[in-house]
Amino acid sequence: MSGYNFAYLDEQTKRMIRRAILKAVAIPGYQVPFGSREMPLSYGWGTGGVQVTASVIGPDDVLKVIDQGADDTTNAVSIRRFFARTTGVATTRRTDEATLIQTRHRIPETPLREGQIVVFQVPIPEPLRWLEPREAETRKMHALEEYGIMHVRLYEDITLHGRVATSYDYPVRVNGRYVMRPSPIPKFDNPKLDRSPALLLFGAGREKRIYAVPPYTSVRSLDFEDHPFTIETWEQACGLCGSRESFLDEIIVDDKGGRLFVCSDTDHCERRRERPR
Amino acid sequence: MYVAVKGGERAIEEAHRLLAEARRGDPSVAEITLAQIEQQLALAVDRVMTEGSIYDRELAALAIKQARGDLLEAIFLLRAYRTTLPRFAVSEPIDTAAMVIRRRVSAIFKDLPGGQILGPTFDYTHRLLDFDLGDGNGHRAAESAEPAEISFEPIPRVADLLDREGLIETEEAPGAATPVDDLTREPLRFPASRDMRLQNLARGDEGFLLALGYSTQRGYGRNHPFAGEIRLGEVEVEVAPAELGFAIAVASLEVTECQMVNQFKGSAAAPPQFTRGYGLAFGEAERKAMVMALVDRALRGRELGEEPQSPAQDEEFVLYHSDNVEASGFVQHLKLPHYVDFQSELVLVRNLRAERGVGPRP
Repeated sequence: MSGYNFAYLDEQTKRMIRRAILKAVAIPGYQVPFGSREMPLSYGWGTGGVQVTASVIGPDDVLKVIDQGADDTTNAVSIRRFFARTTGVATTRRTDEATLIQTRHRIPETPLREGQIVVFQVPIPEPLRWLEPREAETRKMHALEEYGIMHVRLYEDITLHGRVATSYDYPVRVNGRYVMRPSPIPKFDNPKLDRSPALLLFGAGREKRIYAVPPYTSVRSLDFEDHPFTIETWEQACGLCGSRESFLDEIIVDDKGGRLFVCSDTDHCERRRERPR
Repeated sequence: MYVAVKGGERAIEEAHRLLAEARRGDPSVAEITLAQIEQQLALAVDRVMTEGSIYDRELAALAIKQARGDLLEAIFLLRAYRTTLPRFAVSEPIDTAAMVIRRRVSAIFKDLPGGQILGPTFDYTHRLLDFDLGDGNGHRAAESAEPAEISFEPIPRVADLLDREGLIETEEAPGAATPVDDLTREPLRFPASRDMRLQNLARGDEGFLLALGYSTQRGYGRNHPFAGEIRLGEVEVEVAPAELGFAIAVASLEVTECQMVNQFKGSAAAPPQFTRGYGLAFGEAERKAMVMALVDRALRGRELGEEPQSPAQDEEFVLYHSDNVEASGFVQHLKLPHYVDFQSELVLVRNLRAERGVGPRP
């Protein structure tokens, strides 16, 4: 696109963001403050993810963008078009073809591989935020590894509800050190973070933080010995491809209680339907 | 039966087309020009420049036109443009004592050097709709105005007059070697420096700051303010390039400055004297400059040994929530799809209900 640099951001800004990314990779799970720029899309629409993607994307990359697991939701379309316009790189819907995947709220069902980078859009990066609103305090708590408050919260859930009543953005501990918010992915996706062969980068634009999980890093969902972490399961299989292993979206098909369950990962679903059964 | 959310691309294009159509409105009505916006909606232009953080009347007018008059959207447009511009120099501090004044009032002295100059103010208008101002009649009011007297003599600032007697705290400008914080380059950190705080407040949403400033007057962090001085006029912007070794004027700006004078009983470290709150905004933006000064003073509690007890005195609360581009984006992102998270919540709530015996097991 004329008048703008490759991937929109100027090279100085990209360097600043890359430095933040390198620091984030060196200290897995630690939130690195960075000079987040105002982007031509609205805060909350993925400005952090877009800045991270813009800083790491190169002309040979193949980009995939998903929102809610789907390539064709409006915001995914809009961000994919933004990069197609500003970089001219190839885009794809196939997880296995992509070198760079920007995502909101999901990790693809197709296993990730070495060399891939996944960029997560993060609304609120601080896992302790609902427990302590002050940034000056939460930074201290991370520095002192003071996470008792989080375990107390999970414990209170168990005493009240018999289980941890958090279904997405479920807190994890990275590399045995930092407690991290995995961005609002369903807890169903949490196990995919653990020892992932891909590099996982998290960008929060409005909150001006970047954090990372380098490849093959341990990521444990917080739990208790007698209340181990579990993920969602469905009685139903995907109504389109029959998958019983994928995260399902529920679609209301009529006003008489009719429901259809389908894969939230549209690429996964299409691949399965193409495959001869 | 299953309607997938396909065709996002076409939907977006159609939405853009509808937006362009709605922006233009009825094509039989003449299209508004940027010069008209700049001249006749000047205060909207001033607000957009202030909170958009860039002094350019034409671009602000364009943003207002493109945003269909939604000033927050216009501020966002301007900010997104601003972020692409290089920052090639840091100017010398502007000297508001040397301002060419259009309006200057002090609420603490009846008369003072330079006098009180009312200028173009709404203050003593009766808020009666002027039906004569209807279409095509605007020139009548303009004709009857007398040419304004403009003084080119420097008029001393009220705070400087108080300063001479030691009645108000002295403010020393940090030397040129001290870098100026810029929150468009560096993230906000706490405790925030005063320059970063003032930048945040200058860019902050006028409505949000107005409510906060108002709350200090009603007892939520009371700081006994007096409007020491409000001045509006033109100042020069000077830059001193290293290779020249002296400052040259590169531009002139219209700004509104407000110095609040606040009572202070003194502490163990400081004798009783008046303290200051400072506000500055582009163009004619008196309400903004005043509330900025109130909130600036409220946020100086830590420095002056006051226990923060109210929202306006809470640095993180104020500075994290003042930016309307951030706030508007994050509030409105709730419109984006959240069906994955909602599905997780559905599974959880159904499970919890089943365990209480009030619903079928999913």
